Amino acid sequence: MTAAAPHAGPETAKSPPGPPGSPPAPPGNQLRRTLTRALPVSPALVLLVLFLAGPIAYCAYIAFTDLQLTGQAESSFVGFENFRKAFQDEAFLNAVWLTLVFTVLSSLVGQNTLGLALAALMQRASKPVRTLVGGIVITAWVLPEVVAGFLLYAFFRREGTLNAILDWLHLPSQNWLFTLPILAVSFANVWRGTAFSMLVYSAALNEIPKEITEAAEVDGASGWRRMWHITLPMIRRSIGTNLMLNTLQTLSVFGLIWVMTRGGPGGKSQTLPLFMYEQAFQNSLIGYGTAVALLLLLVGSAFSLVYMRLLRTEV
Amino acid sequence: MALTLTSRRKRHKLAADAGLLVVAAAFCLPLAWVVLSAVDPDANLQVKAPDGLTFDNFDAILTQDITFTPLLNSLILCGGATLLTVVCAALAAYPLSRFRSRLNRPFLLTILFATSLPITAIMVPVYALFVQVDLIDTMQGTIFFFAASQLPFAIWLMKNFMDGVPKELEEAAWTDGASSFQSLIRIVLPLMGPGVSVVTVFSFVMMWGNFFVPFMLLLTPDQMPAAVSINEFFGNRGTVVYGQLAAFSIVYSTPVILLYVLVARRLGGGFALGGAVKG
Repeated sequence: MTAAAPHAGPETAKSPPGPPGSPPAPPGNQLRRTLTRALPVSPALVLLVLFLAGPIAYCAYIAFTDLQLTGQAESSFVGFENFRKAFQDEAFLNAVWLTLVFTVLSSLVGQNTLGLALAALMQRASKPVRTLVGGIVITAWVLPEVVAGFLLYAFFRREGTLNAILDWLHLPSQNWLFTLPILAVSFANVWRGTAFSMLVYSAALNEIPKEITEAAEVDGASGWRRMWHITLPMIRRSIGTNLMLNTLQTLSVFGLIWVMTRGGPGGKSQTLPLFMYEQAFQNSLIGYGTAVALLLLLVGSAFSLVYMRLLRTEV
Repeated sequence: MALTLTSRRKRHKLAADAGLLVVAAAFCLPLAWVVLSAVDPDANLQVKAPDGLTFDNFDAILTQDITFTPLLNSLILCGGATLLTVVCAALAAYPLSRFRSRLNRPFLLTILFATSLPITAIMVPVYALFVQVDLIDTMQGTIFFFAASQLPFAIWLMKNFMDGVPKELEEAAWTDGASSFQSLIRIVLPLMGPGVSVVTVFSFVMMWGNFFVPFMLLLTPDQMPAAVSINEFFGNRGTVVYGQLAAFSIVYSTPVILLYVLVARRLGGGFALGGAVKG
């Protein structure tokens, strides 16, 4: 049922400490056996340590320095200066606010609700419609990030499709990417990301025994009441995992916004990843940009820990 | 009673169909733009019926510089990184799935934790680090980073698939004197073929679509994969030829869509669910 982790885990998953049943081996042998058995893990471990843990540790270090791209031979340790600077920087606070808006609009409200609605409708719809709609929504999800960005750029531009439709309906049109860029990129993220929630919720709804909803239907409970009192409580774990994963995914969106608005105009769609990029490269302040990255990483880690608790997986 | 229930169901079905079709139409608009513009000799930013059917846009972009080099770069990057990811993940998953050790749990928990970290956040320090160790603007550096960023999820997925292969079959092979490595190659991996192909296709699709990693780590235009080179349509070429941009988008997106369809058919919805941690 859960999204990220299809636990296929039979009992091999639960491991009591030490080799059970077998007589205790001499310590030297046992160590050698452990090492031999762990050997296949080493290529992965080397890659993970060098290219993932390494950069994260390096991130934690340079966030406390004044490292710059140009005009400086040595960097020096500046303590919490970068963080102090960030929390006094209006552009940073603006980016935090926009990240919040982007996440709430596109992930919590948009992807989650639309995904659930689509999944619920699909339970009742006829098969051809289900297949068609699923195919279209999933295509939007599988497309490369940059392509999705272009398609929605074309959609929201002044001379684009959305305004053409509004004109046709005699509604006021406007330059969406200029007046409401954060709304446009949030919609773009909903377009691109809803498929995931839809799939998670379809799987969850399929697991609800038919008898329960049918009994409620015979008792005369309306669709909304059934949704609220029966369905939602039964899939609450899926809701939790889905919200976590959507949030984590949304926190790291870069390409989509970069293609559509470059974070502009005037920072009006500059979420934290774009702010980080601008500080580090356009302003050459790697130390400062990294401090922002570290904050983003910490927020992400917090969500990741909550997600693990929710999953309560038996590793 | 039963009759009203049936007719109510029928009405619900119609309503659900109608609702879904409305949403689908909205989702379709951006997709329709790319398909229609690609064959339109006079494409602009709107969804409109083409002014005639043409393949000139495809002709114009199917050149060494615009299409073939970037796609080849994408293939080298994503193919190399996928190979590395799958081999390392299969090797790492084996002892985690087969042997009991007190290290398994902490390792798997760390891996699970790492699967959902926002990798975007560490791209700036990775850039700084790559400059220091001279890996910046190299294909191999980018491949290593790609593989490392994909590994936690690949190991996790691979281990879960491997747990589904019964251990008895290997035990028979062990009695016959096969080593663990032999039984992994000869028995376990063939039995979990669908699982391996899911990990492979998923890793490949993720990397093929990834923009930020090559955007940060590669600098030379000749090395750019399609994810980054597509930006060129906006940059130096003056006015944007939207028809060509659309045609290129289609050429660049087709492989991942085909791969997705291939694997999704084989495994039903499960792949999609297993697959989406880092959209």
